[in-house]
Amino acid sequence: MDLFLLETCISGLMAGVMYALVALGFVLIFKASGVFNFSQGVLCLFAALTLFDFLSEKGWFARIFGFALPVWLAIICTIFVMIGLAWLIERLILRYLINTDPIILFMATIGLSFILEGVGDILFGSDVKPLDIGIPQGAWDYLLDNHNFYVEKLEVVAAATAAILVATLALFFNRTRIGRALRAVADDHQAALSVGISLNTIWVIVWSVSGIVALVAGVMWGSKSGIQFSLSLIALKALPVLILGGFTSIPGAIVGGLIIGVGEKVAEVYAGPFVGGAIENWFAYMLALGFLLFRPQGLFGERIIERV
Amino acid sequence: MTEVSSRHSIGETLLSVERINLAFGEVKALANVSFSVREHEVLAIIGPNGAGKTSMLNVINGFYHPQQGQIHFKGLHRQRMKPYEAAVQGIARTFQNVALFKGMSTLNNIMTGRNLKMRRNLLWQALHLGPAREEELQHRAAAEEIIDFLEIQSIRKIPVGRLPYGLQKRVELGRALAMEPDLLLLDEPMAGMNMEEKQDMCRFILDINEQYGTTIVLIEHDMGVVMDISDRVVVLDYGQKIAEGTPDEVRSNQAVIDAYLGVSHEEAA
Repeated sequence: MDLFLLETCISGLMAGVMYALVALGFVLIFKASGVFNFSQGVLCLFAALTLFDFLSEKGWFARIFGFALPVWLAIICTIFVMIGLAWLIERLILRYLINTDPIILFMATIGLSFILEGVGDILFGSDVKPLDIGIPQGAWDYLLDNHNFYVEKLEVVAAATAAILVATLALFFNRTRIGRALRAVADDHQAALSVGISLNTIWVIVWSVSGIVALVAGVMWGSKSGIQFSLSLIALKALPVLILGGFTSIPGAIVGGLIIGVGEKVAEVYAGPFVGGAIENWFAYMLALGFLLFRPQGLFGERIIERV
Repeated sequence: MTEVSSRHSIGETLLSVERINLAFGEVKALANVSFSVREHEVLAIIGPNGAGKTSMLNVINGFYHPQQGQIHFKGLHRQRMKPYEAAVQGIARTFQNVALFKGMSTLNNIMTGRNLKMRRNLLWQALHLGPAREEELQHRAAAEEIIDFLEIQSIRKIPVGRLPYGLQKRVELGRALAMEPDLLLLDEPMAGMNMEEKQDMCRFILDINEQYGTTIVLIEHDMGVVMDISDRVVVLDYGQKIAEGTPDEVRSNQAVIDAYLGVSHEEAA
């Protein structure tokens, strides 16, 4: 295989990891409530903004306490903020929507995304913020010098982080009783309640976990291109990823992300010149459309079973 | 039948509901309904459509909160209890229109019933190590026992969404049973079944009551079934209790006959 194609594929894979990180958050909430959480993109943004605030000399935290936090402490504090946020969301919104249609929950998450975006804007301002938490930047020199091969260090870190994250989540959701309870809640609220699964607890757990996943995604995107409000639009790119991978599958989100990442890069480089370029922007959606026609449950999704 | 010899003898009051009033806006679903359920007995709630039978189960299991009235369970007074808490206290139920986790296998559905019994640390469970592993095996064994009991071995791995209705009802019963409840609420366990399936279900209900001593409250329309399997019967009509007693007493009760034959309410009163 020629080196250029390989390089294109690798850079596609890395971009795919970024998509997958966002998609992962969607999958978690979809698994637990059968709802597409429109606010996941904003959640990433919000997490990144919070982290930035803890780190910045000019942030709210520094203004109130007079000092900024070191990176590790800032991350821990942000995790707690995300858990607190999950608790608030359950308390103020989801609690009142038990046993309602998924479409109503979906609308609620749209509302939530506007609220979070507004709050983020008011608290932290809408300027682009460079996030630096010490993840190495730039090209991997060794590969570049010896093999003339370009790989971004940040993207390698992102890929490793995603791998660890997915392994942890897979263990948590496949092996623990919470995992089974989660699928139960997604299937039938009433039945889940009747076997003694507390919907409130499950929702707080799931939103917390997806908040933490959002933090990871937010940090990676923020380190790559700065924290900016367009981050919430990545949510749109996660949609084809989910259609490809299946809305309910954690491995599906990863594989879907990778396919889309590689697919759009390769298409851009090789097919782009023939149609005047900019394939990258719509390729993912075309692919998703194809999947909707032939395999609506995605690659790894649960089969849709309907008895007549 | 061996039913009489091996049964747990009927004991003290397990559940009592007193003067329950439940209304949805202007519509009164339950008006001043009181009755009690004794340990180890099979109590049937019957009545015409819309009589408030399912509402009654929903009140017991914490889905609905009555505007007035008291509920005592195991001698304790219950304040606005959530379904989750009812389950913790040992109340399990099935639903009129089967509420199963359709994407999961039969075995996994039944395992969800064990959820409350699992106590081990999530970290251990995630790593599948040490005590958590033993615990999982132990619960698995309990689930398998129920599968054997209900004779559904052959559908163990099949996603329940694909099963015929009668079997789904059986799996749902299994899931409730897996909770090892003290009180089992069955909402029309035999609705939509053919004769053979009904007989099986009857047998299971009686066996559960016999082997595990589980107290059962069930709603049923098939009079033959009700008369065969229940110790006592409560009759509801338009949200009110119109009769209570042994199957024989209820059968000969004039108010019940009127309710079922559709005598208009002014005349009956």
